[in-house]
Amino acid sequence: MIGLWSVPLLFALPLALGILSLLVAPAWRARLIFIGLPLLVAASLDVLAGLATAGPQVYRLGDWIAPLGINLVVDGLAVGMILMTTLVASLSALYARVYLRDHPPASSFFWPLLWFLWAGMNGIWLAEDIFNLYVGLEVMGLAAVGMVALRATPQALAAAMRYLLAALLGSLAYLLGVALLYGAYGTLSMAGLQEAATNNATTQVALALIILGLLLKTALFPLHAWLPPAHGGALTPVSALLSALVIKGSFYILMRLWLVLGPEVTPELTAQLLGVLGAGAVFFGGWMAWRQHHLKQLVAYSTVAQIGYLFLFFPLVTNTSPEAARLAWDGTLMMLVAHALAKAALFLSAGNLILAVGSPQISHLVGISRFRPMSLFSFGLAGVSLMGLPPSGGFTAKWLLLHSAILSGQWWWLIVLFLGGLLSAAYIFKVFRMSFREGPQIDRSVTPPLTLDVVALVLAASAIVIGLFAHLPLHWLRMGSMLGMG
Amino acid sequence: MSGAISGYMVFAWSGVLLFGLGLFGFIAHRHLLRRLLAFNIMGSGAFLVLVGLAQDGRGVDPVPHAMVITGIVVAVASTALALVVFRRWYRASGRTDLPEDT
Amino acid sequence: MSLRTVFAGLLCLGVIIALGWAVLERPMPEENLPERVAEAMPESGVEHPITAVLLNFRSYDTLLEIAVLLLAVVVALALREAQPDRPEQMGLDNPLLRAVMAWLLPLILVVAGFLLWAGSYQPGGAFQAGAVLAAAGVLLRLAGVTTAWLDNATLMRAGLALGLLTFLGIGLLVMLPGVPFLTYPAEHAGALILLIELTLTLSIGLTLISLFRLTPPYADDPDDARRQETPKP
Repeated sequence: MIGLWSVPLLFALPLALGILSLLVAPAWRARLIFIGLPLLVAASLDVLAGLATAGPQVYRLGDWIAPLGINLVVDGLAVGMILMTTLVASLSALYARVYLRDHPPASSFFWPLLWFLWAGMNGIWLAEDIFNLYVGLEVMGLAAVGMVALRATPQALAAAMRYLLAALLGSLAYLLGVALLYGAYGTLSMAGLQEAATNNATTQVALALIILGLLLKTALFPLHAWLPPAHGGALTPVSALLSALVIKGSFYILMRLWLVLGPEVTPELTAQLLGVLGAGAVFFGGWMAWRQHHLKQLVAYSTVAQIGYLFLFFPLVTNTSPEAARLAWDGTLMMLVAHALAKAALFLSAGNLILAVGSPQISHLVGISRFRPMSLFSFGLAGVSLMGLPPSGGFTAKWLLLHSAILSGQWWWLIVLFLGGLLSAAYIFKVFRMSFREGPQIDRSVTPPLTLDVVALVLAASAIVIGLFAHLPLHWLRMGSMLGMG
Repeated sequence: MSGAISGYMVFAWSGVLLFGLGLFGFIAHRHLLRRLLAFNIMGSGAFLVLVGLAQDGRGVDPVPHAMVITGIVVAVASTALALVVFRRWYRASGRTDLPEDT
Repeated sequence: MSLRTVFAGLLCLGVIIALGWAVLERPMPEENLPERVAEAMPESGVEHPITAVLLNFRSYDTLLEIAVLLLAVVVALALREAQPDRPEQMGLDNPLLRAVMAWLLPLILVVAGFLLWAGSYQPGGAFQAGAVLAAAGVLLRLAGVTTAWLDNATLMRAGLALGLLTFLGIGLLVMLPGVPFLTYPAEHAGALILLIELTLTLSIGLTLISLFRLTPPYADDPDDARRQETPKP
């Protein structure tokens, strides 16, 4: 059986490391990454190799067949998300090992939370069972809340509390939707639901509850209020993990369920509404990002905006031609991955700039371009992808979405793509304008450790490179996709 | 559907009411302890719907029971985490609600 | 009535109506999962279907659920380290309470053991038993009984970790013959499940006790708390 060991290791190993990091002496906690990262990278690559040679697989936990047991699905989409997580989380972990040396209490408890978060995310990517997804969401969500609280300042505690309340409400709405679906169809397996689900009141109410719950967790405008304080106020490596990966978890579930339930059940009106909310997010988030005075708050609002693009998926795949739907699928996934890489890079390089000037204020960046060109370069590269300029991943994604919108005759989404890019340019250049200005504060710069700059640069460069070689990841991501395009 | 009031349906209907009432409390109140209690009431509502709806007309089903036990443990953990954060927040700020939450 | 209350009321009403509609219009499921559970029971290693679902058919859910519990403790530990508590205050120093405790504690332990054992053939199991154990710990704490083993951080953490580590270890060990994660061989399933439940009971009990002990012990007066923290000259 392909992936017999590597598939369960993707969540069992981080869980084991999470516990072990509680048991070893604080000084050893960070060092566990030297065991964990190589093994997780190897397991991820093994799963990818299995996909490339044998195609999509179903992994039967406990050797029970769904719906009796819980199955895992190892298709292109899941493997793509796993690789993205491995790349971003590994680099963030390397960054955190250096960055957290100056944050003593947080530094020892960051590690167990990181491993549990990782286990939760890999659990979500692989899940095929809608109740198992609920438990996975809770593992990921509570670990994320814990990471936000790590700083333990009053602001951090308030942000964590706000985040927790939103996450709990979202989970319960999702759980109630699951309860209705189980009551109506007697199965929790997505494959079973795909066969059994029909269009009726119960399915519609369940779908509405699930959508609302997951929107709250994804922080789609106008349910985004918890995100900026949580992502913008957290420790820098935490911000990167949360913005790049965690919000994608709930979006991913929504995307899968939307395709599982299929066009007979998913209403076109809801799809358009999700697109409109996405457009609202792009405009509102971009506008708010431009108005921020704190660098990391700017980056956090940029996430609010970029989430919006992902939601163009729903109007572009619902009742459109197969070609338009395929382009929308490719575009959305490229957007998801490119945003993960670019946003992690943006947060980490913003963290480096803040370390360099000793202040989170954008106005204090005056003159920093002379002293920290490398940090600023990473920030700019990541910015190129977020703005959607060629040859970045962000550009490829927008290009694909644009084609899909034209093909399906929904020209109004072009306005969103275009104006959204302009707004991103506005807030990215706001930071640059300040950095290149000469001023009296230029001698205050300190040099952060080289690792921090290198990690941010690698992530930013990957966000560009993935745009140049987009066909390969897109080919994997399509394997076994539920759009029926093989 | 006819026969909506079987024995198990009583649970589902109570669940619907509890979920709604809990939701009201969760949004209407500002005091974090009340909101947490409301969250637990909503959770109980969801569990009752899960068990009641699945068993109506089909008899005992162990799967939703097991899911509810898992759900209860998750709810206990979430509530505990929320209480931990809440009491630290109260100690740091002296507030029982969240700022700018008016 | 504030705007917030009106909004909450309308939302609550809307949700109840929508849910009522969903419940009334529910189609009867064609899939019969209870039947599948009944058919697979002989291979599950236990006699009670709920325990079979929790610890065999859907044991992966249970594994993740234990991780959620541990997460709460990790956050509690992290926050205590960042915001240290005053030296621990004792509970009520009440001789009557202590006398009753001496009677109650053995009884609680027996009840916990019974619940755990009963889980294999009637309602009960690791979580119920763990919760009862935790009640004993909370009582001890309230009565101000000092317990060296509860204050020993290393021992405590080992106990917290035991359940999940055993669960993971068994889940991986059974794979050696080349079967998927968590596939218990039918002839040993009963013993393995009992071992998992035993360690889970202990860990769940300790988790709940830790959560109780790790919150700040005094929350009645934050000003007082802050005054106590300022270092004395």
